[in-house]
Amino acid sequence: MSRREKGWWIVAGLLIVVYALFPIAWIVSVSFKQASDLANGQFLPSVFSLTNYKLILTGDASSLFLPALRNSFGICLIATFISCVLAMFAAYAIARLDFPGKKFILGTALAVAIFPVISIVTPLFNLWRNIGLYDTWPGLIIPYLSLTLPISIWTMSAFFREIPWEMEQAAQVDGATTWQAFRKVIVPLAAPGVFTTAIIAFFIAWNDFVYGISLTSTSASRPVPAALGLFSGASQFEDPTGAIAAAAVIVTIPVVVLVLLFQRRIVAGLTNGAVKG
Amino acid sequence: MASIEMNHIVKQYGDGFPAVNDVSLDIADGEFMILVGPSGCGKSTLLRMIVGLEDITSGDMVIGGKRVNDKAPRERNLSMVFQNYALYPHLSVFENIAFPLRLAKIDDAEVRRRVNDAADVLELHEHLERKPANLSGGQRQRVAMGRAIVRQAEAFLFDEPLSNLDAKLRGQMRTEIARLQRRLGITTVYVTHDQTEAMTLGDRVCVLRKGRIQQVASPRELYEQPVNLFVAGFIGSPPMNFLPARLEGNELTTPFGTIQLDERRAAAVAGRDLLLVGIRPEYFEDASLVDEARRPLGSVFRAQVDVTEWLGDSQYAYIPYEAPEEITAQLRALSRELDSEELRTQAIVSIDATSRIREGREAEFWLDSRKVHVFDPASGENLTRDAEAGAALTRMAVEEREEQIEESAGASRGVGAA
Repeated sequence: MSRREKGWWIVAGLLIVVYALFPIAWIVSVSFKQASDLANGQFLPSVFSLTNYKLILTGDASSLFLPALRNSFGICLIATFISCVLAMFAAYAIARLDFPGKKFILGTALAVAIFPVISIVTPLFNLWRNIGLYDTWPGLIIPYLSLTLPISIWTMSAFFREIPWEMEQAAQVDGATTWQAFRKVIVPLAAPGVFTTAIIAFFIAWNDFVYGISLTSTSASRPVPAALGLFSGASQFEDPTGAIAAAAVIVTIPVVVLVLLFQRRIVAGLTNGAVKG
Repeated sequence: MASIEMNHIVKQYGDGFPAVNDVSLDIADGEFMILVGPSGCGKSTLLRMIVGLEDITSGDMVIGGKRVNDKAPRERNLSMVFQNYALYPHLSVFENIAFPLRLAKIDDAEVRRRVNDAADVLELHEHLERKPANLSGGQRQRVAMGRAIVRQAEAFLFDEPLSNLDAKLRGQMRTEIARLQRRLGITTVYVTHDQTEAMTLGDRVCVLRKGRIQQVASPRELYEQPVNLFVAGFIGSPPMNFLPARLEGNELTTPFGTIQLDERRAAAVAGRDLLLVGIRPEYFEDASLVDEARRPLGSVFRAQVDVTEWLGDSQYAYIPYEAPEEITAQLRALSRELDSEELRTQAIVSIDATSRIREGREAEFWLDSRKVHVFDPASGENLTRDAEAGAALTRMAVEEREEQIEESAGASRGVGAA
């Protein structure tokens, strides 16, 4: 690559980074503005203030935000865990076994994934109310599974397919039961795939708004995206923009941390050297 | 250690295609058996049925006196080296080799001792802490072997273990495997399509074609007394030449002159008209270089040389010839089956490296007619096979093996307590 070409690549890369990160920088900046500062048309706050954070963490809005944060974490982690475990077995079967209806299962998973959420919210709302799942954690975990499972099955079966069959056969010949071969050979090899899937599944659950707002009514189970919509200003003439921005920043942090933590686990090419290469 | 017996083994796939068809084979305790054949002949399937990775449609698989048809691979206590090694990339070399021992819940000190013993044998000591990804092809191959020898398996199974290595390394590993097998004296089944490996490694070689056994014999017997056209064409490199011939009394008329048959062979082929004569390249020689004493043992003919290949220690000449249509079609079908696409009917002739025969010229060749075989073109059967001489060759090989095993049993300190 010539120097000039390299220069263009750097410029283009910077443009994309700015384009992608500008909204985030903006929301961070808004979160540090005082209420009077919000509409001043400047990018940076004129006075750097933590009032918004105080408001949602210790102030009036904390009774709305903190339980929501707890709910979001709990519900999303449980939903991610269940969907990953289920998807692991399903994907293994799909990648390895030849059984009738395999295509049907994959097709159904895809159909569920593209099914519009809004169309099942109303029946779910009625059903949940009748069987007592409305405004409970399981009441959200179950619909979240329907969101995360299909994509988890698809991504994981792609990962499992990459693992050479011989690995497992070698383990069996070495004296492993099917379960041991799965646990000691396939799972470690599929770990990057499992982590990737887990992160995707977590984000899907974490970002959900429609289920969150429709199937909950109190802080017993209301997740953050729904809670954000319920913020109110200090008076009825004031927009809660600053508080929402501060909450959005806080909500983004776990996502960033997750990606940074597992970035190294999501390295492709772990299977290099397993077979001829 | 155990013997392996197969009785009428059949493997049929879902579509009814028999990949392995009625194979019966006895592999003695400590024997090195090679399964060889062109691609798609069922050799790998057969191996996988021995180890239990493939279901057996019908027939009995008996290992060490016990029928194992319904046993899972782990219950058969066999170890296998896969074509692509199938090392566990997330484990170090040490843990890779130790894997079978860990599964068997053997205590740590014993695991360490056995892995170190195996590493000694395979010279893997400085690599024990590395990951397979950081090893060269030959080293990975050795790790795969280490994993196989570390436990006291009933038998070793190799599935084309050298096909991923380059030519030089392949030669080294070949001798390594031979040495190891002799030393450990463990029953070994080795699948390959490489006939050099088949000839050099095996006590006996089993030639398969389309799921059926053609011949099971020592490499020498296969070479000198093949049962049919297929075995004759498959074993030997460059391959055996097949010339069309017509029988007149005791003489065969071929494109390269007449060949005189001795009484035994003449009797065997009597009453037939069109035949195929199989002549190995080394039965030919540049006539000017044959000494007078040997000359009368063969016949001399003149032929146009198409191409010569000089390799330093040897030299090959290619001589085209005309053949009747039916024979040409037959030979073409055979060469296709042997994975080689022969475009023209030509004989490959091995001549002395010092010979001055040149391309495009006519030259005089001498042909040793004592060892030629005569085949029935329709059935492919070898009409002149001397079963007794062949059996004697295999008997000799078996005796040699037994001697070697006794010697090594006395000499070896043993590895992995084997």
